[in-house]
Amino acid sequence: MEKNYDHEGYLNMELLRFTTAGSVDDGKSTLIGRLLYDSKSIFQDQLENITKISERRGEEGINLALLTDGLKAEREQGITIDVAYRYFATPKRKFIIADTPGHIEYTRNMVTGASSANLALILVDARHGMVEQTCRHSFIASLLQIPHIIFCINKMDLVDYDEKVYQKIKDDLDAFTSKLNTQDIRYLPISALNGDNVVDRSKNMDWYQGPTLMYLLETIHIASDENHLDCRFPIQYVIRPQKDEFHDYRGYAGRVAGGVFKPGDDVKVLPSGFSSKVKSIDTLTGPIEEAFPPMSVTMTLEDDIDISRGDMIVRENNVPEVSQDIDVMICWLNKTSLKSNGKYAVKHTSRDARCIIKEVVYRININTLHRDQEDKEIKMNDIGRIKIRTTQPLFFDKYNRNRITGSIIFIDEATNATVGAGMII
Amino acid sequence: MKSYNLTHLRELESESMYVIREVAAQFENPVLLFSGGKDSILCLHLARKAFYPAAVPFPIMHIDTGHNFTETTEFRDSLAKKLDLNLIVASVQDSINEGKVQEETGVNASRIRLQTTTLLDAIEGGGFDCAIGGARRDEEKARAKERFFSHRDEFGQWEPKNQRPELWNIFNGKKNMGDHFRAFPISNWTEMDVWQYILHENIPIPNLYFAHEREMVDRNGVLLYNSDVLPNKDGEVAEKMQVRFRTIGDITSTGAVKSSADTLEKIISEVASTRVTERGGRADDKRSESSMEDRKKEGYF
Repeated sequence: MEKNYDHEGYLNMELLRFTTAGSVDDGKSTLIGRLLYDSKSIFQDQLENITKISERRGEEGINLALLTDGLKAEREQGITIDVAYRYFATPKRKFIIADTPGHIEYTRNMVTGASSANLALILVDARHGMVEQTCRHSFIASLLQIPHIIFCINKMDLVDYDEKVYQKIKDDLDAFTSKLNTQDIRYLPISALNGDNVVDRSKNMDWYQGPTLMYLLETIHIASDENHLDCRFPIQYVIRPQKDEFHDYRGYAGRVAGGVFKPGDDVKVLPSGFSSKVKSIDTLTGPIEEAFPPMSVTMTLEDDIDISRGDMIVRENNVPEVSQDIDVMICWLNKTSLKSNGKYAVKHTSRDARCIIKEVVYRININTLHRDQEDKEIKMNDIGRIKIRTTQPLFFDKYNRNRITGSIIFIDEATNATVGAGMII
Repeated sequence: MKSYNLTHLRELESESMYVIREVAAQFENPVLLFSGGKDSILCLHLARKAFYPAAVPFPIMHIDTGHNFTETTEFRDSLAKKLDLNLIVASVQDSINEGKVQEETGVNASRIRLQTTTLLDAIEGGGFDCAIGGARRDEEKARAKERFFSHRDEFGQWEPKNQRPELWNIFNGKKNMGDHFRAFPISNWTEMDVWQYILHENIPIPNLYFAHEREMVDRNGVLLYNSDVLPNKDGEVAEKMQVRFRTIGDITSTGAVKSSADTLEKIISEVASTRVTERGGRADDKRSESSMEDRKKEGYF
């Protein structure tokens, strides 16, 4: 592949964040290694280093997993403990991979990796077909509202590149994913080891007429993944320059979480409810005409209103829900189980509050998607539906409408650890 | 319909500004670590963008090993003056004089490890609760696991196996007395991203990054500057050559590459065709398989 590093080309590239999931041994590391290697993102010294280690350990060939296993304990135990981030680029796009471990107990890592991804790559071993882990990973991807899922039916070389095997797995996955609410789901037969349909078209599977994985990654339409309808601007920081030239300047710094803001727009500030107009949208290089997600800008308003961090600027005629009683789908991340009636600190956009867990409605059996209303203890890696009441109102949208204003984290007040990831429903 | 889409460099810029603003909002007394290298120069540039038209609301701090290139310190001082920054210099030499650390001896002696003590003392002495650093996840494999908000206990230690999960773009900076944080706003940038952005934004960087003639020593394949502070090894011959530095750190451990790239455009095409990682020339990383992880656990940034 030709690298395109001319400056203009580089400036026009898009960014795609994707997460990878699969069971142990279904070739995830090999696939990532293949993508990095074929896009020339592995360096000579890295390759020499892992070749040396693979030889020392007496492994056959080069173990590409060593590229992603960054911690000593991981290399010693041959397992991946934590989400690792990898980077590569083609002339069209830059990619950030959140590579998450495949073990059952690491659901929390998959949730972490999935939270910022536009696309999930889920690997399925062609010899085993759809297994429990596949369902689990698809469910999490859909729960976290990743807009695009690609199922890679891997190790096709070990089933003689048989179309029937692929078709059977695809039908099984189709049946399962029809219960999920992900719109864009793709399937493709690959061999990560031999490179079939990864970057180059496979010569072994004439029956497959679809695109290669790299082509999909480079072209899948991601520009509509952000919410451009509902204007949401959570205030992060108030800018008050102590300079004479900006004597009365009062700017509101934040990152646009939804919609498009323009100077002159009628806006409303929550929680005060005061109305005003956008006066200007400022950046170091001058004022700009519009701001949309995920831009970081500073906004000024026509009127002098008391606004601070945690407040939100929205459009007059399109406001988020404002409430203290909130229904949340929660993924528990900590060894200490969720305490029913327990109190936790929460963070939602730039707003801090505390909450009490009013009720655990059900716990989801993640393998069958069955809602368990009997055994409702939410332990580490469990997912369940809860009702909370917060100490002060939050301004939110449903998570499936806006991933930024619909997400919330739970913090243990004694340890300050992040213990839960919540999606507002 | 009009397409509202940011290019990848603008998206990275926006993400970094968001992280820097979160630091300023969530911590009482943050500080920006500044080495004079391109990554910390980038962080400073992004911090200026984040708070414009106000000034950057925290000081910048340089951990001075005493073995810096003069070009680095000159650049640092002129930048601080030009941008009217509150510059703090914490010196490894002071830590040595105070007997807190002992200078390494031998031909491969380096002050890289000693920096950690100076850094932790300076953080404690200044009462800083968050130190912002220009580390990137693509630099080194232990750094690939780093969070944007990295929690450190009262000894400054990093616990890689017990990090706080970081979801969406909600950062948890809550801490107990004595704990502090490291924040890494440019985590998701690659070396190429940094160079392209520097070119695009026309950000000044020290001359060391551009090809120039210098007297070098080849030590185990690493080209080191033959300065007064580099311990001599028998039989080594210094040689004048055309070089540039891909990273800027301590004189005794920062390797150069032979290069004729004397403009940003040439640097970019050199970086695009190179087959060795950026830190491949860092003698400090070559000490063992996990030297970066070990140093990070002790409190190195």
